[in-house]
Amino acid sequence: MTRRMKITLGAIAAVALSTAAIASEASPDAVEFTDDGVAVSLTGVAGDPAAGAEAFKSRKLGNCLACHANTDMSKELFHGDVGPSLDGVASRWEEPMLRAIVVNSKAVFTDETVMPGFYSLNVGQHVAKDFVGKTILTAQQVEDVVAYLGTLKE
Amino acid sequence: MKRLLIAGVVMAAAFAGSGPVWADPVDDTLEIDGTPIITRAKAPEGHPFDEVYSGWLFREAETRDAERDSIENPGMIAVEDGEVLWNKVEGTAGKSCASCHGDAAESMKGIGASFPKWDADSNKPINVELQINKCRTEQMGAEPLAFNKGGQQELTSYIKHQSLGMPVQIDLTQGDMQAWWEKGKDLYYTRTGQLNLACASCHEVAMGKYIRADHLSQGQVNGFPTYRLKSGLTSLHQRFRGCIRDTRAEQPKAFSDELMALETYVTWRGTGLSVETPSVRQ
Ligand code: HEC
Ligand code: HEC
Ligand code: HEC
Repeated sequence: MTRRMKITLGAIAAVALSTAAIASEASPDAVEFTDDGVAVSLTGVAGDPAAGAEAFKSRKLGNCLACHANTDMSKELFHGDVGPSLDGVASRWEEPMLRAIVVNSKAVFTDETVMPGFYSLNVGQHVAKDFVGKTILTAQQVEDVVAYLGTLKE
Repeated sequence: MKRLLIAGVVMAAAFAGSGPVWADPVDDTLEIDGTPIITRAKAPEGHPFDEVYSGWLFREAETRDAERDSIENPGMIAVEDGEVLWNKVEGTAGKSCASCHGDAAESMKGIGASFPKWDADSNKPINVELQINKCRTEQMGAEPLAFNKGGQQELTSYIKHQSLGMPVQIDLTQGDMQAWWEKGKDLYYTRTGQLNLACASCHEVAMGKYIRADHLSQGQVNGFPTYRLKSGLTSLHQRFRGCIRDTRAEQPKAFSDELMALETYVTWRGTGLSVETPSVRQ
């Protein structure tokens, strides 16, 4: 092998390695939906329910309370009712389906649903500059929220 | 379990497809200084709702009471300021609005209920704000007022207030009004922004529900400019821009073709409701 070829191969290997590191986090377009929902974790890192509760509450992140009541958060003021109450939601849906609903509810319900897709680039027109190409939640925040939803059992 | 989950999906989908659900505007009537205000009206043909409701019916009792009484209504200060501007001489022609239009109670009656209307000169719909600018530039030799500046909201409030109680009815047969209505309708149902929501997502599909602390109304325009208890006098295009910003989308400019089309269409959606300017909202 010539020296030159070795360098090229080495460079390719390095690039492959760095994409592999990113690839362990599924990009929004690569999330795989099946009949059961999204079975595979988006990050491979277990979700943290406490961080998920924060993302759920935060108006800047999930802002889930804008549309959903949740008795577990009765200390928070003003729960909306655009969507159903999430009390006992983990008894209605298994984890893969909860993940699918949070990632892209339109793939689970109908295109008409009012619920935003939190890890989807299938968004509306004229997205404001600051949000172009970005999802509402990061992959790990989705995992955290899904872990939190998993605690809401009947 | 898989079957159960699928059944759940079907149920949820059926729920989503059931269209506008039970909405609960309050059972209350409005009269302002003896003028009866129509807050519910039979919707015009082709409207998605059977009945149109004023946003007043979705507000808390104290907010409703503040509009009932024109002494309590903080928006009435804008109307008084607008009257001063009506009589103020400005521009190279040495004229005020009153120089040509006289008593606004007579000459401006009905304007608030019938605008936007077709303007052959610009070949576009014109609203009250733009008509003020048209008269300023063409009749008075004065500078046009910038969006929300120079008393634009106050003068608009004064003019629209002269139609208090009159039912909204715009004329879509003039010029290309119908085409602008169509364009406005498209925009009303177009989802925007990272949150991927259309006007209809909130004001039609979720009408009557609570989004966090806000009771969602039909998003009617019959009370504009409106006095918002948390932020003061608010013009219509400011409200449109705020709702669009909340979807995390770029906001169209005030008086842009997009917002004029939207104003035309949304005004039609409130056909039959009384002009309430200046309304009081939260
Ligand atoms: C703009 C309103 C809105 C927001 C914000 C929203 N949702 Fe929803 N959600 C809905 C609606 C509406 C439905 C019902 C689905 C349908 O019929 O369209 C729903 C359904 C759901 C369901 C299924 C519930 C069941 O019992 O079947 C879950 C789970 C859910 N949402 C979780 C979330 C989470 C978690 C967040 C925040 C990250 C969130 N939602 C934010 C509107 C919203
Ligand atoms: C020199 C006379 C003159 C002055 C001053 C003037 N206008 Fe006008 N105004 C007109 C004429 C002429 C029309 C009709 C043609 C047009 O639409 O411009 C009109 C039309 C209007 C209309 C629409 C009436 C309708 O029935 O459609 C409104 C509203 C209006 N003016 C408001 C104002 C206001 C507010 C001012 C002061 C800022 C003002 N005008 C100053 C002459 C004047
Ligand atoms: C995320 C939900 C949401 C979306 C999307 C939305 N709005 Fe609103 N809008 C609100 C809320 C909340 C209010 C205040 C409470 C109410 O009257 O519904 C409001 C108020 C209004 C009002 C004032 C109503 C009154 O009685 O004073 C108008 C007009 C309006 N919206 C028009 C629009 C238009 C046009 C669009 C689309 C460009 C739109 N909205 C999109 C949430 C929304």
